[in-house]
Amino acid sequence: MPDSLVIKNLNASIGDRPILKDFSLTVPKGEVHAIMGPNGTGKSTLSKVLAGHPDYTVQSGEAFVDGEQIIGLEPDVIARAGLFLAFQYPSEIPGVTIANFIRAALVARQAKGAPFDAKAYYAELYAKMDALKMDRKFTSRFVNEGFSGGEKKRCEILQLMMLKPKYAVLDETDSGLDIDALRIVSEGVNAMRGPDAGFLVITHYQRLLDYIVPDRVHIMWDGRIVHSGGKELALELEEKGYDWVKKDLAKA
Amino acid sequence: MSAVASVPAGVLDVALQSAETAAFRAQDWFAVLRQQGWHAFQSLPMPTRDNEKWRFSDARTLSLDGYAPAPAPTPAQAADLIARSRLISDAAGLIVHVDGHCVLKPTLSAELVAQGVVFESLEDAVRARPALLQEHLLKHPVLLGGDKFAALHRAWLRAGYVLHVPKGVEVKQPFVSVTWTLTDGVAVFPHALIIAGERATADIHDFHLSAKADQRALAISAVDIHAGTGSQVRRLAVQAWGSATQSFQIDNTCGGRDAVISSVNAAVGSRRARLENTVRIDGPGADVSLYGISVASGEQEFDQRTLQVHAAGHAKSDLLFKNALLGKARTIFSGLIKVAPDAQRTDAYQTNRNLLLSPDAEADSLPGLEIEANDVKCSHGATTGQIDPAELFYLRARGIPLAVAQELLAQGFLEEVLAKVGHEEAAAAVREMLRLKFHQA
Repeated sequence: MPDSLVIKNLNASIGDRPILKDFSLTVPKGEVHAIMGPNGTGKSTLSKVLAGHPDYTVQSGEAFVDGEQIIGLEPDVIARAGLFLAFQYPSEIPGVTIANFIRAALVARQAKGAPFDAKAYYAELYAKMDALKMDRKFTSRFVNEGFSGGEKKRCEILQLMMLKPKYAVLDETDSGLDIDALRIVSEGVNAMRGPDAGFLVITHYQRLLDYIVPDRVHIMWDGRIVHSGGKELALELEEKGYDWVKKDLAKA
Repeated sequence: MSAVASVPAGVLDVALQSAETAAFRAQDWFAVLRQQGWHAFQSLPMPTRDNEKWRFSDARTLSLDGYAPAPAPTPAQAADLIARSRLISDAAGLIVHVDGHCVLKPTLSAELVAQGVVFESLEDAVRARPALLQEHLLKHPVLLGGDKFAALHRAWLRAGYVLHVPKGVEVKQPFVSVTWTLTDGVAVFPHALIIAGERATADIHDFHLSAKADQRALAISAVDIHAGTGSQVRRLAVQAWGSATQSFQIDNTCGGRDAVISSVNAAVGSRRARLENTVRIDGPGADVSLYGISVASGEQEFDQRTLQVHAAGHAKSDLLFKNALLGKARTIFSGLIKVAPDAQRTDAYQTNRNLLLSPDAEADSLPGLEIEANDVKCSHGATTGQIDPAELFYLRARGIPLAVAQELLAQGFLEEVLAKVGHEEAAAAVREMLRLKFHQA
């Protein structure tokens, strides 16, 4: 499928421990899908495997970004193919400013040796920072160093907005956010929604989905999707709790 | 073209050394100083690896053969290198040497001259200010093992500069010295004598550069800093000699009461480069910061020996040396903090961090403390590691290719020290030199 993020029968492990078990999911471009599930069910593993993290081993399966197979590719190649991962715990990068970091990521997407329009870059960067209510002084701060949880997540969304991927995987972006930060981050994501982008929002809590309203909700358990539905599924899950998943859905 | 061929005798040649010394006949004290240096050089042994102060150094390949002083450059060569020396646009003064010959004397503003600021070539100062020089020139003992090289420096002493900022004078703009090597096989002995009077402020940028990237040379430089009571002295020293150079750098700093001293030693050049950096705190309340930064690549050896001597109490010294290593490079950091028995309430710290960017690189670290006072805060630490895989993945997950990501992280590692330069244009110049190392490797 050319206009989708397609994950097909993915089996992956860390060390000897299988985590993703025949995982399949399709996110058509223009849609927002949410994956919910209890801790330890493989949600974060899914995001890291898609992004090409070297700690995970893929036994079998495939994933496609608009028809381009990405499993087995280097992480930077996957990113340039159009997949963005917003990290649950973004790393601190001492000595590298946000401005230089995002600039390097953009330069990597240009043809080799092509000139970089620094003026246009800063204009766009400042506009997006304003939208995220980030102080412009953050451009010269080192990436995530000394940031609060909310500042780190805003910085992730800033990168997302600047890099404009085809698909974005948001891994527990709501963790560690107060309501104000959650609203700002969600507005950033919502502003990017449209026919040219697909989103996979991974979360443990229904709360985020009040702000980023999904087209589809999937429930993950033991390394695969066990149940899918519309946005109301998130509310149902909130009401019934994850015991419902364990007792009823897991057996299905 | 080869100056080595045109100068048959090298720096080890007694007749040549005597002939040059004879030119200072009218400055008898200076001729004597050179002769003392020559005699000390003759009597001292070459260091060997079993000498504790040369531990881990590749002492076997030390050789002083095949290097000679070179004649003055042609006016065209000098003009070219003077043009390339304009690295700092707001310099209070600029002095340029090429192959040990002063080709540009500083011109100071009328205001600085009126305030009694002296910034001139060592040769001029030897003639014009014998009293000042006899009081301060080469008065510090050499404690870190480079005695023989220091003696040779003394024997050939001629190039360099004297900076004197008198009592109460604050100069915000940097005094800049650029010292070039141009002729293959040249031996240079640049000297810097920096005297900051009581409450004086001075900022110094020293650049050691070569006209071409693979320059072969012997460079034995020395710096003596006398920071008076309440003075503020900041110095940046950049060692960027050509890649076939042997460099020995002997830095000595004395800090008086309440003096605030900060130095950044940046190293990118030479085949082997040894830095001996001694700071002696003589007055209470002094605050000394010593920083080092390097990118070592290929088969370079950077040998860093430091000594923080607290002779007076209630003073602080802090040292941070960071090295990034590529290829088969080696760095050696050996640091000692010495606290005298009555130097109570001393705060002294020493940190060495090495980032290995290649499996064949090697970083040795020998931190040490010798504390004879009982009421002090002292610590030392050393870490040697590789790039954090989580950081690397984070950058690559943004589409940044592996090599670029590694370089960004390495530059980020060094940025902490670059921030201490305190002069944006100078920091940018050093940052660019460091950056280029990643592309030559």
